[in-house]
Amino acid sequence: MAAMDELPLVLVHALPPFEISFKGRLQSRFQLIDSLDSTFAPHVSVLLCVGPSPVSSDTLRHLPSLQCIVGSSAGVDHIDLAECRRRGITVTNAGPSFCEDGADFAIGLLIDVLRRISAADRYVRAGLWPMKGDYPLGSKLGGKRVGIVGLGNIGSEIAKRLVAFGCRIAYNSRNKKSSVSFPYYANICNLAANSDILIICCALTKETHHLINKDVMTALGKEGVIINVGRGALINEKELVQCLEQGQIRGAGLDVFENEPDVPKELFELENVVLSPHKAIATPESFASLQELIVGNLEAFFSNKPLLSPVNLE
Amino acid sequence: MESIGVLLTSPMNPYLEQELGKRFKLFRFWDFPSADDFFREHSKSIRAVVGSSFIGADAQMIEALPKMEIVSSFSVGLDKIDLVRCKEKGIRVTNTPDVLTEDVADLALALILATLRRICESDRYVRSGAWKRGDFKLTTKFTGKSVGIIGLGRIGSAIAKRAEGFSCPISYHSRTEKPGTNYKYYPSVVELASNCQILVVACALTPETRHIINREVINALGPKGVVINIGRGLHVDEPELVSALVEGRLGGAGLDVFENEPNVPEELLALDNVVLLPHVGSGTVETRKDMADLVLGNLEAHFLNKPLLTPVV
Repeated sequence: MAAMDELPLVLVHALPPFEISFKGRLQSRFQLIDSLDSTFAPHVSVLLCVGPSPVSSDTLRHLPSLQCIVGSSAGVDHIDLAECRRRGITVTNAGPSFCEDGADFAIGLLIDVLRRISAADRYVRAGLWPMKGDYPLGSKLGGKRVGIVGLGNIGSEIAKRLVAFGCRIAYNSRNKKSSVSFPYYANICNLAANSDILIICCALTKETHHLINKDVMTALGKEGVIINVGRGALINEKELVQCLEQGQIRGAGLDVFENEPDVPKELFELENVVLSPHKAIATPESFASLQELIVGNLEAFFSNKPLLSPVNLE
Repeated sequence: MESIGVLLTSPMNPYLEQELGKRFKLFRFWDFPSADDFFREHSKSIRAVVGSSFIGADAQMIEALPKMEIVSSFSVGLDKIDLVRCKEKGIRVTNTPDVLTEDVADLALALILATLRRICESDRYVRSGAWKRGDFKLTTKFTGKSVGIIGLGRIGSAIAKRAEGFSCPISYHSRTEKPGTNYKYYPSVVELASNCQILVVACALTPETRHIINREVINALGPKGVVINIGRGLHVDEPELVSALVEGRLGGAGLDVFENEPNVPEELLALDNVVLLPHVGSGTVETRKDMADLVLGNLEAHFLNKPLLTPVV
């Protein structure tokens, strides 16, 4: 047990290549250990999870005194939440640090797909404008129906921005949000049937694995657009590729894939997809904010104050 | 009306061309080897010209078509039309305001996001297989950044409204200060550029606004600054812009228009900190149809002696 005048103990759980850039700042306030095999591990009450370093039930078995996991990403699908729930371990994520950038990027991808920005930029760079003339027309964003899948931190920021573009917003979520006036669809196919655009920004769990499949894409229809800034496995990637190749949907903007950094090569042949290397939230500003959030969560935990960004484990 | 001669200056829209052909005696300017050839044969047949942002109705054309009564532009910009001459000769002029406002404003935001967040570059990165060799870099956050708009008309206001959704502080410059906005007004473009990070050109092209983005403005904007042009190529001193980008004196640019379309300065084609579009501001199926309908509606109104829908002169 740490003595009263010693710094509080934090286990930094970071599997290579993941690491934190602000160790010095943490070391001035906390005593850091970095191995599950450390003699201090049984006494550790807080684990700082760096990037998607997995926290499995086996990891948790090494930490009988653990009370809190402070995550450094928006997603927590790499943490055994069921085991945390069973043991009463609270989990925080980095949603608030990343939600604005995540929303900005989702909208950037959306307008890119509809207005063919990346494709037209390629066209100009290839010298085709003087040779082949005007670029084919895109599709207007204003007035389109946007279905947001997951109205959490990122989803709410997306909705707020799209209202100013004249979009009509509806959503699907685990539960209807009473404070929100947008129409709620409990069934994802119904949301798709009533939308021109689906933006996927929900958490990846057992229930949401392959949530977006052929049925949903068929319901969305030939003019439909899918944007994914959640996790690759939220979409059945094989079926998405098929739908795109066969023109069953209009297009897609994807920041995440099932088996990163591998991307289905069929997508490289398509002009109606925009591809991004899992960087929707990655700006210097969001990482600076992340630092504040992590330090803030750790300090809140050790002073028995409410955590800044707890994840609902229900 | 089938005997009324209408000149279409370029193949701007298949639907418009088809409808004009149905209702009028349509002449296609590009079917003729030269402008002089056309004027020689048909100058007395033309009572209306349908122009675009590419070819409008300049002094030469107006003088060559003595029976011209109306120029109906398939654009909102009027810089390719000799308005003074039209006024002198009593020639009516119409354009296509409002119907394209949203699309052009959306495109401005698309350019901002693509330029700051390197969306096109990311797409190139993935398609080239580079992601397998390493992660892409961090890019610049948009939310909360200061946006300066030159021209707070229909399009400028629509851009401001969208940027406000991203919590951006908005400032602007225009000929006169606009009452009823919360945006900060700057009496000069240089002052505006000194006080914002993203500078958007959204004003009309006139002799006064030619090269409104010049070296002084670019220097004021600085190495972290970004220029977004959804106006006209001539709003920007293009060689100055190019050298500033190449030398890193300007952070980036998102450009839908160029001084000499469809030609784009070669140096830009090699840069990663720019987004280059082939003048697609109003380029959606929905909006181009609305624009075409407005052109047709204006012509019909004129020849039926009814009030024009969207007259400029």
